[in-house]
Amino acid sequence: MTISTALTGSARIARAFARARDANRLAIAVYLTVGYPDRAATAGLLRAALDGGADVLELGVPFSDPLADGATVQRASETALRQGVGLADCLAEASTIVRERDATVLLMGYANPFFRHRGGLAGFATDAAQAGVAGIIVPDLPSEESAEFDSALDPEVVTRIDLYAPTTPDARLARLVPRARGFIYCVSLTGVTGARRGLGADVAEFVARVRRHTSLPIAVGFGISAPEHVASLRGVADAVIVGSAALDAVSAAPADGRPDALRGFVAALAAAGRA
Amino acid sequence: MITKTRPGRYGEFGGQYLPETLMPAVAELEAAWLEARADAEFQAELARVLRDWVGRPTPLTDAPRLATAVGLARVLLKREDLAHTGAHKINSAVGQALLAKRMGKRRIVAETGAGQHGVASAAACALLGLECVVYMGSVDVRRQQANVFRMKLLGAEVREVDAGSRTLKDAVNEAIRDWVTNVRTTYYLLGSAIGPHPYPAIVRDFQAVIGREAREQTLAMVDGLPDVVVACVGGGSNAIGIFSAFLDDESVKLVGVEAGGEGIASGKHAASIVGGTVGILHGSRTLVLQDDQGQIRETHSVSAGLDYPGVGPEHAALAQAGRVRYVARTDREALDAFALLSRSEGIIPALEPAHAIAELPAIAREGAEQTVLVCLSGRGDKDLEIVMREGPFR
Repeated sequence: MTISTALTGSARIARAFARARDANRLAIAVYLTVGYPDRAATAGLLRAALDGGADVLELGVPFSDPLADGATVQRASETALRQGVGLADCLAEASTIVRERDATVLLMGYANPFFRHRGGLAGFATDAAQAGVAGIIVPDLPSEESAEFDSALDPEVVTRIDLYAPTTPDARLARLVPRARGFIYCVSLTGVTGARRGLGADVAEFVARVRRHTSLPIAVGFGISAPEHVASLRGVADAVIVGSAALDAVSAAPADGRPDALRGFVAALAAAGRA
Repeated sequence: MITKTRPGRYGEFGGQYLPETLMPAVAELEAAWLEARADAEFQAELARVLRDWVGRPTPLTDAPRLATAVGLARVLLKREDLAHTGAHKINSAVGQALLAKRMGKRRIVAETGAGQHGVASAAACALLGLECVVYMGSVDVRRQQANVFRMKLLGAEVREVDAGSRTLKDAVNEAIRDWVTNVRTTYYLLGSAIGPHPYPAIVRDFQAVIGREAREQTLAMVDGLPDVVVACVGGGSNAIGIFSAFLDDESVKLVGVEAGGEGIASGKHAASIVGGTVGILHGSRTLVLQDDQGQIRETHSVSAGLDYPGVGPEHAALAQAGRVRYVARTDREALDAFALLSRSEGIIPALEPAHAIAELPAIAREGAEQTVLVCLSGRGDKDLEIVMREGPFR
């Protein structure tokens, strides 16, 4: 197989969503905190997620103060930070899996480590492009504060993905969503990340409110933890994003069975996303 | 002086680095606050509560024995330690609680370090019949037991935070997580002049009463302005409150004193301006203590109320503009100042303003004839156990 690292981020994202759409299934994005449960495990877990059917990988950049995250991601971040894992390690992991598997890789992390990267945001833009990172998701960067990122990053090369929440009013959606790139990240609930028993009752209505303003694919994340959650989003969203529940699947397995456990977990979600 | 490049910015500092979920909430808050501050009825209610319940105006105390001891002509103490619940925190807590009630929010979340803001919030919520949940790091819960009990007495629920450094920073994280989850019903009552816009401006607004009173009282007492105004700076709410009345008085030198812990060189301190770099923490771009990867560092101070790795964005801007000089005093210097004020004036200060007292000898060396106004932001009852353990009375 030829590996096309020359493919730009936006093309890579578009390709990942198009493949799922053409197969009439939900795309699956899997979030894993880099360096959890240990630095050496990350590459194997990323491969396992792809083997299980993940279309997009979200590499979580550990941060000391993850204020939009629940207990699972907080603990994973603390574990990673204790090993000294930072943004540079995330870029290295991204580069490896992109070259090895031609994967679509996003980095998800809080604003400060990006600002503090060697060379600042411009330095990050260069390093991310070189690594083949397709995009970034920054949960503490609303549109009011995104200008610096947007002038440093060429959205064709490394796409910054917008998040919207059920609390976002229609007028704000109408103003911001048409400018979004790549895909839309819809936060399924008002709250922090973390596995939940059920999805919010108003997810479909929220996704419909967003859909009115865009033809981009829509991914739903936060709280998704079970195949039935995924199945319930068929016909509603274009993709699901699973993070805390994936980390939970990893941490529940014995040390030598983690990749298998993750692959099985992702495969079950992927199956639920098919017709 | 400070360029307001756009709303919520102080030069390059400030902003709203928040999850999208909270953006409508901060917009709603800003609108409600602007409406309330222009509403004579709200202002009259606030003034009545500050007078009848908080006990304002707080006195200005001439401190001649302290002045002699540190080598200054005159030291004036703005007595926020005499405000209800024992610290300046009550000014903003009751102001924001009134604002929350006006906004129809019945549930309050707050963070606390030393416990003073938690106690103030709990008291304000009791007064106004609001539900109150206070997040507090488990390290702080252990070192401020009496305040934990006070909060419970006042009807608040205290939730211990066992994450990160288990101090104020982590209590703020957890309060924001609660807010993001319950944003439709809950008001986040932030205790310092930190966080996303409009909090630094709201907290300054409610704390500006310190400076307004102190300026008027100083004019009456010494028939002129002070030469220097000194306040301790953690997040910086008492400091911005007292400085705000003097920012336009070019003759008045302003000094903010940060927590130097075991010394800046030791790395064990909480001096975000003296020893920090530009970063983003808790929704605001400001000066923070961080490593070269942008991870926020653990801090140290004998004073829980100053033990925070960031500072209000307006202080960062005032430092950059050179309008306020920021320095740091160590734990030891603060403990010595704690003893000095207790014995020279019969006033036991909190460890936080003891840092401001500790700066007085250095100010005296620059001019013994000066009149110095100190914001005595709180009283020391909460710190007795720590001081018994750490000296200087051992």
